[in-house]
Amino acid sequence: MSLMTIEQRLALNTYEVDTEPHIRLKEEICRQCERQSCLYVCPAECFKAREGKISFNHEGCLECGSCHISCSREAIEWSYPRGHFGVSYEYG
Amino acid sequence: MKERFDAIVVGGGPAGCAAAYTLAKGGLAVLLVERGRFAGVKNMTGGVLYGPVLHDLIPEFWKEAPVERHVSRHVITFLSEKTSVSIDFNSAGLDQPLYDGFTVLRARFDRWFADKVEQAGGVVITGVRVDDLLWDGQRVVGIVAGGDRIPAEVVIAADGVNSVMAGKAGLGVKLSPENVNQGVKEVIKMRREVIEERFNVAGDGGAAMHFLGFCTRGVHGGGFLYTNKESLSLGVVVQLQALIENNLKSVELLEGFKAHPAVRELIKGGTTVEYSAHLVPAGGLRMVPRLYTDGLLVTGDAAALVLATGRALEGLNFALASGMAAAETVKLAKAKGDFSKETLSQYEKLLAESFVLRDLKKFEQSADFLENQRLYSLYPGLACSLAEKIFRVDGKPKKTVWQLAREEMKGKVSLWQLLRDGLAARRTI
Ligand SMILES: Cc1cc2nc3c(=O)[nH]c(=O)nc-3n(C[C@H](O)[C@H](O)[C@H](O)COP(=O)(O)OP(=O)(O)OC[C@H]3O[C@@H](n4cnc5c(N)ncnc54)[C@H](O)[C@@H]3O)c2cc1C
Ligand code: SF4
Ligand code: SF4
Repeated sequence: MSLMTIEQRLALNTYEVDTEPHIRLKEEICRQCERQSCLYVCPAECFKAREGKISFNHEGCLECGSCHISCSREAIEWSYPRGHFGVSYEYG
Repeated sequence: MKERFDAIVVGGGPAGCAAAYTLAKGGLAVLLVERGRFAGVKNMTGGVLYGPVLHDLIPEFWKEAPVERHVSRHVITFLSEKTSVSIDFNSAGLDQPLYDGFTVLRARFDRWFADKVEQAGGVVITGVRVDDLLWDGQRVVGIVAGGDRIPAEVVIAADGVNSVMAGKAGLGVKLSPENVNQGVKEVIKMRREVIEERFNVAGDGGAAMHFLGFCTRGVHGGGFLYTNKESLSLGVVVQLQALIENNLKSVELLEGFKAHPAVRELIKGGTTVEYSAHLVPAGGLRMVPRLYTDGLLVTGDAAALVLATGRALEGLNFALASGMAAAETVKLAKAKGDFSKETLSQYEKLLAESFVLRDLKKFEQSADFLENQRLYSLYPGLACSLAEKIFRVDGKPKKTVWQLAREEMKGKVSLWQLLRDGLAARRTI
């Protein structure tokens, strides 16, 4: 089996994307962060680093909670999406 | 909603469904609230439901529940970069009721279970996230969900690993990268006949395979492969801290695991149809918080009731048993008309008598043992290279297995260290 990109992986799931993000990033805190654990622990790669700046997009989120547990600077305001919204699994 | 509920259960996983089903059967007015469009749609597990717990609640549940295959073959495999050594256990005894375990797919299994709750007379609301608890002084007296305040005598928090409910009640588990593992999984579609032939299983029998070593590139974690009726569940489980420390991503480990010669051939020709991720508490007993307060009980993953021994991960059966124990306690409280923490303390007594707290106590040292790096890096590699030497016929004079083992260990691990690890393993696996 050939390697899959994260986009291909996420495209296998069904999402009902809320316009209101359920996770918010205090980007000003990230500017001082060296560890940047979120880049490694997020299984959906919702966190991206561009020119040293961290950005976040909630759309592909798998709702696991890894990011807020791993961020030692409390830069992440975390919750599950509102009822109905977010990822749906067909198998699970 | 005019009805006044005796109990509200937050979360429609195995803990919540078992609790709500037990209460509805007992004639109590119970409401189950699940945030997903239906129960199970948000949930993922590796996939084996072990033991007879659910049989106690729903006799011969396997005849009606959407279980996939019963486990008739257990395999543990140690991986080095290119080679592997396996212990393969097959038993005819595993092919009969009471089965040893069943593979399950949660989007189907949990949905069936929540339907059972309804059939038993419980009210089930899905697609609604519970946002808060209702308080009367120090006592929990209901929930806030979708802008509504819904009162009840008692709330059962069954909202899983990132439990917001337990947190709000001050009973939350302190989750940290050291005590939480991340699992990523693929469901790979494969024809029934191919699965049966390739995995050497017949009928509804199935294989539960666990992997240690190169599947996590030697860091704290492991791999799994389970057979479903017409698909495979394949994944890796890794400690969050190990990902952070080594700048690793689970999905890269997953790709490497799939490409390993020992795995590649097993999944060949299959099509990946789903990618999921979920956390699992892995800190053992010391992670378990206070389990109850006035008007609230915490169950399943929300209370970190998971057994991780290095041999397997057991959380589904612990969730079921704790949900049932919480419900039995609520039935008692209802009969007494007293939902104070004094009455609810019965919950902890029930758990202490059952396998839930007994097993967690028995394997209390496991969390420390599983911290031992040699388990993931050194030993799987040693097992593989030793096997290679034992089985390879190279025309040179033969050595005994013991001689070969000593040679392999040289410079890598002392006999003393091996002995100590072995003794620790005896107590913790
Ligand atoms: C990769 C992996 C492999 C595993 N393998 C195995 C295995 O082989 N065998 C085994 O026994 N265990 C295994 N486990 C552990 C097992 O899956 C869990 O212990 C078990 O699912 C816990 O059940 P639960 O009911 O406590 O929580 P969950 O199954 O997580 O259910 C919680 C429910 O609450 C809902 N919810 C959460 N918050 C809210 C809210 N605010 N409002 C409304 N609803 C809410 C969720 O949507 C969910 O339906 C594995 C875990 C992982 C991650
Ligand atoms: S989210 Fe946390 S871990 Fe990630 S860059 Fe920001 S501060 Fe660092
Ligand atoms: S909850 Fe999980 S999937 Fe979602 S952003 Fe955080 S780490 Fe990524």
